Amino acid sequence: MASIVGYGAYVPRYRIKVEEIAKIWGKEAASISSGLYVFEKSVPGMDEDTATISVEAARRAVKSAGIDPKGIEAIYVGSESHPYAVKPTATIVAEAIEATPVLTAADYEFACKAGTAGLQNCIALVNSNMIQYGMAIGTDVSQAAPGDALEYTAAAGGAAFIVGKEGIATINDTVSFTTDTPDFWRREGSPYPGHGGRFTGEPAYFKHITNAAKMLMERCGTKPSDYDYAVFHQPNGKFPSRVAKMLGFEKEQIKDSLLCPWIGNTYSGSSMVGLAAVMDVAQPDQRIIVVSYGSGAGSDAFDITVTDKIEGIQRQGIREMLEDKEYVDYGTYMKLRGEFT
Amino acid sequence: MMGVARFWREIPQRYNLIGTKCSVCGTIYFPPRAICPNCRRKSAGKMEDYKLKGTGTVESFTIIRVPPPEFEGKSPYAIALIKMDEGCHLTGQIVDCNLEDIHIGMKVEACFRRIQEDGKRGAFYYGYKFRKAKE
Repeated sequence: MASIVGYGAYVPRYRIKVEEIAKIWGKEAASISSGLYVFEKSVPGMDEDTATISVEAARRAVKSAGIDPKGIEAIYVGSESHPYAVKPTATIVAEAIEATPVLTAADYEFACKAGTAGLQNCIALVNSNMIQYGMAIGTDVSQAAPGDALEYTAAAGGAAFIVGKEGIATINDTVSFTTDTPDFWRREGSPYPGHGGRFTGEPAYFKHITNAAKMLMERCGTKPSDYDYAVFHQPNGKFPSRVAKMLGFEKEQIKDSLLCPWIGNTYSGSSMVGLAAVMDVAQPDQRIIVVSYGSGAGSDAFDITVTDKIEGIQRQGIREMLEDKEYVDYGTYMKLRGEFT
Repeated sequence: MMGVARFWREIPQRYNLIGTKCSVCGTIYFPPRAICPNCRRKSAGKMEDYKLKGTGTVESFTIIRVPPPEFEGKSPYAIALIKMDEGCHLTGQIVDCNLEDIHIGMKVEACFRRIQEDGKRGAFYYGYKFRKAKE
């Protein structure tokens, strides 16, 4: 059965605090922070994009798996901020980890769940014996219009997972819940996304995540208390806490995956970086539920059991990586985002 | 302006620091060489690909405050001469580090970054830069 054989994550080291953004727009930082449960967000360097972050995460994943990268026969990069409209990010990653040329590769887009869509493909290819190893990456350098509510959370980061057989965590099952729900979008050529405000909540995030999670637990014959860790998409700090409560999960189950309050929403990276942080602390036989969410809209849910092999790999230390950070002011933030060039 | 063909030819060295090693005298070169300047004709056909580990030490550096046109808007930034652990030297930008903290003798490691782009419509060129190595 398909399992995770290696994982890696990368989050740029620059941060901007909510109060620094709020100051510019005359907003009250305390109410924004408590309303969103977000205190600061990651900011990419001016030479960082979805390709570079994906490569950093992918290289860490290869190192953790301890495999010959030539064995990776599929690479999927999920993002809504691919550097090119036409020209794959996945080939850049494949070349940079020396997995070329005998592999299939493609870029995915499904708002914030494109990475987990790639993960499902890798699972299917491994379970059908079409490939030995597949790599799924979720990365974004997300955009937000200056002054928009999204500006407090739109962040950068990514995670890569290598799927193979007999790895550190068995993927028992996966299921998706998908509808046409226009809660968030970005049109071709538009630099910033538009969104439906409060419409992104109940009929979008909450409906899709709860349905996918319930379907998965029904198929697996599990209940929330059977899981040691729960990982939900994190557009802000509040939504995953609320959806956990709606489904009957305790705060303790989401605390290890909840990174959004300190790094913001890494979009396609969000649930996958959360899962990577859980892999850092998970022990053999522990069970993990992961439910992503992508606007537009859909959720992919995964039931995962950690194996004994987790003890044989070097953990990534993702929370330690997040501690190495440098705060920037709003002017520097705009410069790093390339707003002046 | 670099041109896509030249960039494409250099992808192995730019992405993965693939240099060459003279199998006669053992000297490692970066960028790759077809002939070893020490062994000359004896090295013909005996240069092997050699991947650098990516770790090295800053031997000298400068801060660019008046950049060439393709790097406008990105200054100030640091360019360093780095002695790689394998003994060869190369130049690269130092990132994710306060410019005041960069010093001769600083240990660095390679990272993957966007190097430049051909205007607003051209290709992006990726490759190695350096950041402070973890202790």
